[in-house]
Amino acid sequence: MRKGMNPDLYREEWQWQEGDVTVTRSCQWSGPGCHQGCNVLFYTKDDKLVKIEGDPRSPVNEGRLCMRCLAMVEAVNHPDRILHPLRRVGERGENMWEEITMDEAYAIIAEKAREVTEEYGPKSIVTGIGTGRNATWQTSSLAFAGFQTPNDTAGMLSGDCCYTPRLQAMNAIFGSDFIADCAQLSAERFDDPEYRRPDVVLNWACNPVVSNADGFFGHWIVDCMQHGTKLFVVDTRVTWMAAHADIFLQLRPGTDAAVALGICHVMLEEDLYDKEFCDRWVYGMEALAERAAAYTPEVVEKISWVPAEKIVEAARYLGSAGTVALQWGLPLDQTKWAVGASLAVAAVEVLTGSIDVPGGFVNVKYGHVQSDIRENICKGMGKQVREGRLGDGKYALRTVGFGPHSMGDDILLAMETGEPYPIKMGFLCSTNSFINMAGESKRVYEAWQKVPFVVVCDLFMTPTAAGCADIVLPIAMGCERWGIRAWFTPLRAINKILQAGDARGDEQIMLELGQILNPDMFFWDTVPEMNEYVMKNLSSMPFDITWEELQEKTLVYPKFQYRKYETGDMRFDKQPGFNTTTGRIELYCTMYDSAGIDPLPSFKEPTCSPISAPEEAKEYPFVLTTGRRSWEFFHSEHRQLKSMREFHPWPLCEINTQDAEELGIRDGDWVYLENQWGKIMQKAEVSDAILRGTIMAEHGWWFPERSGKLEDGLYGAFDSNINCLTIQNDMATAGYGSSYKTQICKVYKVEDGTEPKGDMPENVGRNQFEVVNR
Amino acid sequence: MLNGLLINYNFCTGCHSCEMACKVEHGYQEGEWGIKLTQQGPDLVKEDTWEFNFIPTPTDRCDLCADRVREGRLPTCVHHCQGLCMQYGPVDELAKQMTSSHMVLFVPCEE
Repeated sequence: MRKGMNPDLYREEWQWQEGDVTVTRSCQWSGPGCHQGCNVLFYTKDDKLVKIEGDPRSPVNEGRLCMRCLAMVEAVNHPDRILHPLRRVGERGENMWEEITMDEAYAIIAEKAREVTEEYGPKSIVTGIGTGRNATWQTSSLAFAGFQTPNDTAGMLSGDCCYTPRLQAMNAIFGSDFIADCAQLSAERFDDPEYRRPDVVLNWACNPVVSNADGFFGHWIVDCMQHGTKLFVVDTRVTWMAAHADIFLQLRPGTDAAVALGICHVMLEEDLYDKEFCDRWVYGMEALAERAAAYTPEVVEKISWVPAEKIVEAARYLGSAGTVALQWGLPLDQTKWAVGASLAVAAVEVLTGSIDVPGGFVNVKYGHVQSDIRENICKGMGKQVREGRLGDGKYALRTVGFGPHSMGDDILLAMETGEPYPIKMGFLCSTNSFINMAGESKRVYEAWQKVPFVVVCDLFMTPTAAGCADIVLPIAMGCERWGIRAWFTPLRAINKILQAGDARGDEQIMLELGQILNPDMFFWDTVPEMNEYVMKNLSSMPFDITWEELQEKTLVYPKFQYRKYETGDMRFDKQPGFNTTTGRIELYCTMYDSAGIDPLPSFKEPTCSPISAPEEAKEYPFVLTTGRRSWEFFHSEHRQLKSMREFHPWPLCEINTQDAEELGIRDGDWVYLENQWGKIMQKAEVSDAILRGTIMAEHGWWFPERSGKLEDGLYGAFDSNINCLTIQNDMATAGYGSSYKTQICKVYKVEDGTEPKGDMPENVGRNQFEVVNR
Repeated sequence: MLNGLLINYNFCTGCHSCEMACKVEHGYQEGEWGIKLTQQGPDLVKEDTWEFNFIPTPTDRCDLCADRVREGRLPTCVHHCQGLCMQYGPVDELAKQMTSSHMVLFVPCEE
């Protein structure tokens, strides 16, 4: 704990009293959602949350919190939360509801599921969940073991383009998952005698201080910087990290693989790689050199718009950098050629030799909470449940595997066409499907209209709930639910302190509905009992600990081991080496070779770019990218919090100063963004930070302060929603990746008077819907 | 004895946690701030060198969280700063820690 903090006020127990206020140590993971899960102190009085502070005793965040956690009191006590189950009154889109009981809601859902199953079969039921919902495993388990359908989707996310492509690539070439080691793996952090900070963080295509993506707290990198770590940043925008980097490569969206291959080319040609490590532990060096040969710095400059001399400088920098930790991001997933791009960036990291060493790119065995829990709950089910999963047989890397996770794009096709079988019921938990997760928003909205019965579970009335749901279930916020934070390290307890109306955690809804649908598979009495079972049976790294012990300790760090490829702790047979066919890191991937896809790092031009579609680019001259995070919002969440909207009232799109000047656009002007697929408006943020010729438009925008009725625009669902300009079903044969971040567009000032007026939205902070029987 | 806030803005990422923590602690309404970020850049000051800095600046509403400090807590901005770039204490002690460029010592009020 830091100097100046009174230990009597920040005690070691998990719960204590301060006068009439109860203080409870917990972890805030979701909802509202987050990818990180900081340790917090919840202060409650008379069954009400009155204060939150960061837990100064936690090595995870050392008392720090982001502004969204600091807004938890406002979120939890928000007057427009959904606190009771709702049944639709009138037509979809009228946003009129009657409150019913949980028992009534469950009975309706179970009865509909029985009807669909009898008439069409269980696979005609689909489920979905949003990202960041305590690791998003709940609906897939409910689908598989409860409804007995293999068709679960992350809200129609195309090609599972969020971390999954990179996980797939890592498992193919390393045989396991790797993350940047920024002193987060030990409770001692920088004081752990085995630890040494990275010399360089290779921060490729992400802005982790804002996003905290992939279970990684971005400010851990800032901690490393305070200890002397340097930065190497690859991004389309000049982020704060880019401005503080030794090396910054500013590239055209979708060309990461070319830049990575260019760096590999120079590192190999000039002997700038860790030869000893690669000779001993890497398979495919010659094939990589052959592939990289075509990517001279001059060729890469033409593709990526990064000057050739910068590529050379970057490679030479890495060649003498010391220990390099790769922290990479979503743009690698949200290109159509995601797998080849992930391999290319991983290859750069491998050439530095900083693999599974302190401060390097290290193997974590306990990153698998999603698949572990799913498998634990699903393994008792017969093969017939998994058979006929939508999308099977179409994609090289998706025909194997047990999981109940289907391809969102193929669920969409089935909803639209009824082939290979119709979709008759949807169960969506904490996903605002056509605002955030899916591209081609209007198409996805229309597709949900073809599904006769849809359940949406969420914190607030969203466009997805108001526009598509027949039943809405209330979801609990972080301090109202039991949970475990099990994704990488440490394992953390999530404590339920409050009960708000009928609101339940996603896990509890899964358990309660599961008990009605298929009681044999949901044999736990309570969520903590289920979580304890899960912890004890994690196939990757079981924790022999009871729920009460975890709660008492708040968090548990398993002992971390480095250089596991030398000790045999990485392979299934306990032999030294990596968990691959050759026992080495396969930069030539034998598994991909057998699956019939390119076994090497590869670059391909995005489908729709100024280079691949020059005719269309005459009409739409800008490269359009999207998805950069904001401090104030987690994807489509937090828009109904007045405090967050004071900081960030309107949707923004970044445009380069010179581009804006040529178009007569000034900072703060409302502009139309338009392409082949749609047209929306956002406010221009004119700056030198964004690469010329590129637009970065924010995602997840809707306006809870507006009317939620369809005739009034469904909370402004399609006004500023960038997914009106992105598309579904545009993926490579591998079956991973999407083109969300690599579209094109034109931009022009809104001059028809339809733009919102004022600095702050009218009615901001509200999120209303009509209840007829309240 | 004057107390102050030492900001090492080499490590301020502009996360707004200080501003938000302050608002929540003091119940400040829209448009009211006890501390406010100043942004410099992004500006290409010379080839390959970008200036992009944030500097949290306390206002006259800042009382250095006198009530919190009395109990044995840190000012909430310092407690929650994600970059761990803010320190609170007596100005003479803080001044001794000014050992690099991009540091600033604020004395927003006399306690």
